[in-house]
Amino acid sequence: MTTRLLTVEDLTVTFTARGRRDVTAVSGVSFDIGAGEVVGLVGESGCGKSVTSLALMGLLPRRGVRTGGRALLDGSTDLLALDDARIRDLRGTQLAMVFQDPLSSLNPVVPIGVQVTEILRRHRGLRGERARAEAAHLLDRVGIPDPARRLKEYPHQLSGGMRQRALIAMAVACAPRLLIADEPTTALDVTIQAQILELLRELVDQEGTALLMITHDLGVVAGLCDRVNVLYAGKVVEAAARRPLFAAPAHPYTHGLLASIPRLDAPRGQPLKPIRGSVNDTIAWAEGCAFAPRCDHFSPACLEGTPAQAPAPDAAVPGPRSHLVRCVHPVNTATAPDAARRDGQPRPGHPPHPPSEPPGAAPAASATKEKAE
Amino acid sequence: MGTETTGATPPDGDAPRPAPPAGTAAGTAVTSRRKDRIDRLAELTARTDTSTGSGLWVEALRRLRANKTALIGLGVLAVFLVLAVIGPWIAPYSPTAQTWRGEVFPNRGIFVGPRSGNWLGLDHLGRDELSRMLVGARQTLLVGVVATLIGFTVGALIGGFSGAALALGGRAGRTVDTVVMRFTDMLLALPSLLLAVSVAAIMGQSLTTVMVAVGVVQIPVFARLLRGSMLAQANSDYVLAARALGVRRRRIVLAHVLPNSLGPVIVQSTLALATAIIEAAALSFLGLGNPDAAQPEWGVMLAQAQRFFDQAPMMAVYPALGIIITALGFTLLGEAMREALDPKLRS
Repeated sequence: MTTRLLTVEDLTVTFTARGRRDVTAVSGVSFDIGAGEVVGLVGESGCGKSVTSLALMGLLPRRGVRTGGRALLDGSTDLLALDDARIRDLRGTQLAMVFQDPLSSLNPVVPIGVQVTEILRRHRGLRGERARAEAAHLLDRVGIPDPARRLKEYPHQLSGGMRQRALIAMAVACAPRLLIADEPTTALDVTIQAQILELLRELVDQEGTALLMITHDLGVVAGLCDRVNVLYAGKVVEAAARRPLFAAPAHPYTHGLLASIPRLDAPRGQPLKPIRGSVNDTIAWAEGCAFAPRCDHFSPACLEGTPAQAPAPDAAVPGPRSHLVRCVHPVNTATAPDAARRDGQPRPGHPPHPPSEPPGAAPAASATKEKAE
Repeated sequence: MGTETTGATPPDGDAPRPAPPAGTAAGTAVTSRRKDRIDRLAELTARTDTSTGSGLWVEALRRLRANKTALIGLGVLAVFLVLAVIGPWIAPYSPTAQTWRGEVFPNRGIFVGPRSGNWLGLDHLGRDELSRMLVGARQTLLVGVVATLIGFTVGALIGGFSGAALALGGRAGRTVDTVVMRFTDMLLALPSLLLAVSVAAIMGQSLTTVMVAVGVVQIPVFARLLRGSMLAQANSDYVLAARALGVRRRRIVLAHVLPNSLGPVIVQSTLALATAIIEAAALSFLGLGNPDAAQPEWGVMLAQAQRFFDQAPMMAVYPALGIIITALGFTLLGEAMREALDPKLRS
């Protein structure tokens, strides 16, 4: 990619409360986002996805939270060090965010129109009729029919998909350079999900907005993201471009996530392959790999301190943007029997099956992707 | 490319990036075709939840109309309001003229009960009780409304300021909130009647005194309520969303937090009206009420009747009933409003 829009270096967020042990939700997360790039932040509940996004937006409470590391916008502005007033000016204009639940993210007693125009007034100085016209135009752009009427309506009069569209319209009102979407489709049903993802992709393609997609849905990642960061217990365990990640997941966790996706083409009666244990079965990163208690490839070597981030076995050119994995025993897809079976799947031209998006999507994307890079 | 069913499962994997190498024109065609497919599917599966509902208050009004308690409360209040407005004109006699002075002898225990000319009898000075009740309704309502308005306004200002400071003011705001709230806690800790009596004693006897004294008692209640309600709203998702879009704090407080927090306060004000009327009556009863005999007021009437309670109990019963029924009306309406506005009870 061309220029780095946002570089996150060693982001650490610790929650402190008097009389309780400190909880480190995010420990040393590093990734970067290029201009116009779609980057995924993937992980299960409690792995620090949302905390990362809130930290970048400066929305974490000041009290009881310790943030470390840097988040450089354009290589110069450290988002984590800005004072309240400066980051408030950046929010909405440079950075914007879309949240998970579209109903509770809209003020129930204020008409949609007022909520859209207030952003136009705040950042673009539009007033009165001009603000209303622009708001209608925005709603129209995100695919809300009859925008003039919708502007007068209250959030509960809109359907879930329309609410999320309205929120996206508000987020992109001032053409931000980075849009953070925190599980934007989780609260919606599947067809609406598809529409919203389509809308996001369209906005990214047309406006050149970079998108940080926070999700637990690997299908979303497969369909949307250029680069993926897999988070586990507050650390990036694997970072790769979409194709290598789905083709050859190197970290046992990523591997397990992909293997656990239910497939329509699986033989009848074949049980799902979940990752055993739960997210609570973890050890501190300082003592070893946090995933070790749940890992099939566990060995005593895993307990010798935090595993370093290293190029994955399939990484062609080692470098900061190549396929990185934080594991003592990276899974080599060629040897893993399970992966070998799956490897046969995503041959170009092979009819893809809907629930198997991740493996199916990768090769289809490759043609365009390689061209872009 | 997938069929309709593949399109149904988002995000379908068959066309992850819409631009094939062939060219952008073809790319957009693919995108739009794919989009149409998804949209068409959404249309087919759409439930009717896009239908128009109505605003919070309209909805609350609809629920109020369906609520018997609310209707009874409203009915009582409507009668009371009408009487308060037209009372002086429909009163058969002057409320202050001691027309039948010669027929009543309190010191000998001779009182006049209901009779054809005076439906509710005469009071201890030979004045028509019915006329006094009718004219007194206005005074009672005035005291209740003005006192509640005082309490509501000052309380909401204090509570709103404090809540805004705490919710979005950072460290300095927390200090402001602590100071303000400890002060209201002190007010709250004083027994309300004692507080009112103290205010009335300081300001001297007058109608204004009663209103202010009763109003002051309500201030900490409103302040606490609005602050708490704002605090709950300040932690909500839409405030976070507004902050994420860089909306100014002042705007968030005034346009987002406050309108959402006012519901419980408005409900409280109807309940407070009932208390205010009772408290104003209590002050009058204790001899701190309006000393102006030209303005009959239910509380004062009740206070004056107590001396003759053993000989003419009805003289006390009429104003007492008036107060009770009015307060009940306000309480019923307030309760019904609380239910109507409570999102948890929404059907």
